[in-house]
Amino acid sequence: MSKKRTLFFTVALMILMAIFVVGMVQAATGPDPANPGGAESSIPWWGWPLILLVVTFLMGILAVLGGVGGAVLYTPIIGGFFPFGMDFVRGAGLLVALAGSLAAGPGLLKKGLADLRLAIPVALIASTTAVMGAMVGLALSDAIIQTTMGLAILAIVVIMFLAKKSEYPDVQQADKLSSILRISGVYHEPSSDKDINWKIHRTIPGLIMFIGIGFMAGMFGLGAGWANVPVLNLVMGAPLKVSVATSKFLLATTDTSAAWMYLNAGAVIPMIVVPSIIGIMLGSLVGVKILAKTKPSAVRVIVLVMLIFAGLRALLKGTGVWA
Amino acid sequence: MEGKAIKNPVATPGASVEQKRYGAILDVAMKVGLLVLVVSFILYLVGFPKPFIPVEDVSSYWTLKLHSVVNGEETGYLHKTGIEPGWAWASSDNLKKSDFLTFAPIAFLASVTVICYLSILPIFLKRKDYIYAALAVTEVLVLVLAASGILPSGGH
Repeated sequence: MSKKRTLFFTVALMILMAIFVVGMVQAATGPDPANPGGAESSIPWWGWPLILLVVTFLMGILAVLGGVGGAVLYTPIIGGFFPFGMDFVRGAGLLVALAGSLAAGPGLLKKGLADLRLAIPVALIASTTAVMGAMVGLALSDAIIQTTMGLAILAIVVIMFLAKKSEYPDVQQADKLSSILRISGVYHEPSSDKDINWKIHRTIPGLIMFIGIGFMAGMFGLGAGWANVPVLNLVMGAPLKVSVATSKFLLATTDTSAAWMYLNAGAVIPMIVVPSIIGIMLGSLVGVKILAKTKPSAVRVIVLVMLIFAGLRALLKGTGVWA
Repeated sequence: MEGKAIKNPVATPGASVEQKRYGAILDVAMKVGLLVLVVSFILYLVGFPKPFIPVEDVSSYWTLKLHSVVNGEETGYLHKTGIEPGWAWASSDNLKKSDFLTFAPIAFLASVTVICYLSILPIFLKRKDYIYAALAVTEVLVLVLAASGILPSGGH
């Protein structure tokens, strides 16, 4: 990327951030600070969706550069700093993750990076428990959801910070269940120009972990990429590329079941959902383009800091300390 | 890394037959769904056809909880807007309103996975891969159950 383009992106990002900050301040100082986005807000009706579009665009860029799914950033940040009810934010978060997964799915499947045989049993468990998570989440109060989500986000930060990734985990022997299910494969690694044979182990412990992952995805509307990759890669021993691609692909199934629960509950507002989906997808496209020219470690720190901030905000909002 | 593929239909790098079919159907369905979503949202923004809740009034409701009872009185989003949960948006009357019309591509996008699973089921059956056929059928049942509106969703 040329210096000119880098400068353009930097300036554009700063302008967008400025719009965001101005919008937030305006909302907070409007006629009804307790209800900044409501009917008495000083911001016109189109202001919040526009700010949402800008913020989700930035999130889309950061999500790609930071190697996380959009929803893990979306739900706590939008829930913490926007005036929308948490039911609507979680419903939108799941649809954002779903749209991102649907868009990425065809390419990942055709290249053979996402593995259907690995994804199908995992997705069945995660999507079933996601329904249960959504039922629990929709039955709890906002305060409980915010508090528990804040704790969950902070735990995710710890997991992301501590979890090491293994490019090619050492799987000596496929376990019995994965052999019965014939979960193994071959993919071409362009960097080394080699065909990589892979197989998995510890299938049962891995599948058990997806019970909890699916439940949390449905309950908090967080997506599940943050947990899918470590379990597929570190516990079950799938190569990193296969884990990342399969995780992204299977989000469509996990989040579909939970998204239906929110849709049926009436917790979907198009004015929140559509700008979010468009913003995240456009941001992801830009993120992919600038990925090669950035330092992933630096971006990862920014993402972790954002998550810590969003997690603390949710925790404090839920406990009433910072309402 | 050095492991050997065990009786896997994918013996060489690349996608299996079912992956290719799943990917091809997903590709078309996803693009159609997203395109219709954007178009229907633009129609909603310009107010054609007339929405159930005018766009300028939506901000009065999005701060609310889905359900809320204050002093014994229901004050939640569904009560205040008069929106019925479940599949009520899909009634012929409601589909004449641009905000409910936007739900159609959202529901379609949420149904794409079911379509894809059903498309690969014959491949599993033809190959006598009954375990994966059963897993695919069970997944479809889970998603259809979630979509049906039968399961309780909410009530706080």
